[in-house]
Amino acid sequence: MLLIKELKKALGVALWFIFLTFPIMVIKVDPIERIIRYRWENAAYVAIVAFTAYLVMSFFKMRKLRVTADKKEVKKSQNVIYSILNNKKQLTVLSFAILAIAIIFPHFFSVYQTNVMTTALMYVVLGLGLNIVVGMAGLLDLGFVAFYAVGAYSYALLNYHFGLGFWVVLPIGGALAAIFGIILGFPVLRLRGDYLAIVTLGFGEIIRLILENWGEFSQGPSGISNISRPGFFGMDFSLETSIMYMYYIMVIGVIVTIFIVNRLQDSRLGRAWIALREDEIACQAMGIDKRKTKLAAFSLGAFWAGLIGVVFAAKTTFINPASFTFLESAIILSIVVLGGMGSIIGVILGAFILILMPEYLRALSEFRMLAFGGVMVAMMVFRPQGMIANIRRTYKFEKQE
Amino acid sequence: MDNQILKVNGLTMDFGGIRALNSLDLDVNRGEIVALIGPNGAGKTTFFNCITGIYAPTEGEVYLASPGSDTKVSLKGLKPNQVTEKGLARTFQNIRLFAKMTVLENVMIGRHCRTKATVLGAVFRNRTTRDEEQSILETSYDILEKVGLEQYVNEFANNLPYGAQRRLEVARALATEPLLLLLDEPAAGMNPQETIELEKLIKEISSEGQSILLIEHDMTLVMSLSDRIFVMDYGKKIAEGTPVEIRENPAVIKAYLGEDVDA
Ligand SMILES: Nc1ncnc2c1ncn2[C@@H]1O[C@H](COP(=O)(O)OP(=O)(O)O)[C@@H](O)[C@H]1O
Ligand SMILES: [Mg+2]
Repeated sequence: MLLIKELKKALGVALWFIFLTFPIMVIKVDPIERIIRYRWENAAYVAIVAFTAYLVMSFFKMRKLRVTADKKEVKKSQNVIYSILNNKKQLTVLSFAILAIAIIFPHFFSVYQTNVMTTALMYVVLGLGLNIVVGMAGLLDLGFVAFYAVGAYSYALLNYHFGLGFWVVLPIGGALAAIFGIILGFPVLRLRGDYLAIVTLGFGEIIRLILENWGEFSQGPSGISNISRPGFFGMDFSLETSIMYMYYIMVIGVIVTIFIVNRLQDSRLGRAWIALREDEIACQAMGIDKRKTKLAAFSLGAFWAGLIGVVFAAKTTFINPASFTFLESAIILSIVVLGGMGSIIGVILGAFILILMPEYLRALSEFRMLAFGGVMVAMMVFRPQGMIANIRRTYKFEKQE
Repeated sequence: MDNQILKVNGLTMDFGGIRALNSLDLDVNRGEIVALIGPNGAGKTTFFNCITGIYAPTEGEVYLASPGSDTKVSLKGLKPNQVTEKGLARTFQNIRLFAKMTVLENVMIGRHCRTKATVLGAVFRNRTTRDEEQSILETSYDILEKVGLEQYVNEFANNLPYGAQRRLEVARALATEPLLLLLDEPAAGMNPQETIELEKLIKEISSEGQSILLIEHDMTLVMSLSDRIFVMDYGKKIAEGTPVEIRENPAVIKAYLGEDVDA
């Protein structure tokens, strides 16, 4: 009963969003051919995302009412995955096995497969970055792609104008994105839930529109091409080797990200983020500075998007604003939601499923968005905590007498 | 010399046309247990919200003793987290635990304002950060032991029985090392056995020198615990005194029995 009511409301929200975003998402004036094009598929994307986002939020609101139901679920979900995660030895073995597979992967699969896998790894990092903001700190950010764009354009432009290399710009791109995270963070400090979602969505679109329209700065919709691939002590690679090189960069990138995000999660700051997500008032009353904590979440989340933006520009050697649409934010958000908010393993799984499935199910590509939307709705209904619910670190205390 | 830990002068709070607090004066001395009582809707919780910075009071001053000095600091205009840092920590009438964090982590959050590890510390886990983390763990565990929740350390907070959740709120507030502990109806909804245990706990905390300001409806608890009692009704203070004085105060009896107040 409640479910049907919520679904109806979500439908209303979806229609409302189509209406609101109609001018920017659907109508496109083509000044060259002097026609107006209607991109109806964008309306569908907006609807799917608004629909899902609403359900996510109503889940947050209803969670308090569901405590009893959840309790049973916690018991039930002590399945294989959880027992492995809780067992240090098994976890180490598993990690090394995965690492070994990751290392030999390019030697057994085609260049195309390696390239696809690199993309999936990039989305793992993007997902883990957004997971800081949405999953841990509970700030629903629909404009995450903006930071990805900041990273990509900082590399493209610095490379184009000053010939700076990949490794030099990598930290710069990350830092610039982090600064943009703070710039976005300031005005939305007071906002929560739906309002925050709308403002961040607008921010993402603003960045894209600036890139599209400020031609002298960004070369407009035609984008920037001939961006250098990453170098390795001045060596020149063939296309094939450089794809492999990119792949290994991302393998290392993912390992570093997991390491850092995992440490953050169980740190003083990580606990503050989760407390902020759980109850903002109680969190402040316990002495946590809400402003600092939120800004830290925004900037640290954006930092990863910036890094991956640089990688993206180097990998494709061509970028234009069309790579940074709202759909991109929506996919990254879906990775986090599908995988399980706040759960690192969940987000990794979510990224692989959402990025690899469509690649290997090309035959069904026309139904991609349909399947995507269907999966998300089913997820919200049957397993709102995501595939892998967040588990918190446990501690053992031993008495020394 | 000056024994006061909290001094509130003329605190007034308006919500639109409603005056929820009307020029309230209140003080707490070091080591005391002071109770704030009054019928539902009298403005007790609003009083807590005003002195802890959750609401900005319309008028009035709040001063808190500052450790190592004779002068008091004004809490006016401070944000809730700054008030907590200055030494005022509270529990909530309607429990506000961090549901999806473990019991231990809930208490560890209380240590936040007394520690200072940064992002870099978190990532590199240098010596200082590890030591700090260790001390957070130990202090938090000790507090959980004190309130009798050590068997639940790794449970999610929302899986605890009701009475235990209330005690966890107290533990979390204690972890901030407050000069004054504010308890908002800690016994509400507890069964008689749980109430007796809570009374023991509050007495124990108090015997260690903790000053406490307590809002409570359970009169047996209030009478047995308090050194002094403030009674309020409709946002105003109507009486103040020792438990014996309050029990015999006609204004209090009227407020509680709901008789018409004579003009
Ligand atoms: N945020 C608020 N907005 C409007 N009125 C409020 C607000 N908070 C409290 N009040 C009003 O202030 C009065 C005192 O409430 P409260 O402090 O909760 O009483 P008590 O804790 O003594 O039962 C009530 O009439 C309540 O409706
Ligand atoms: Mg109250």
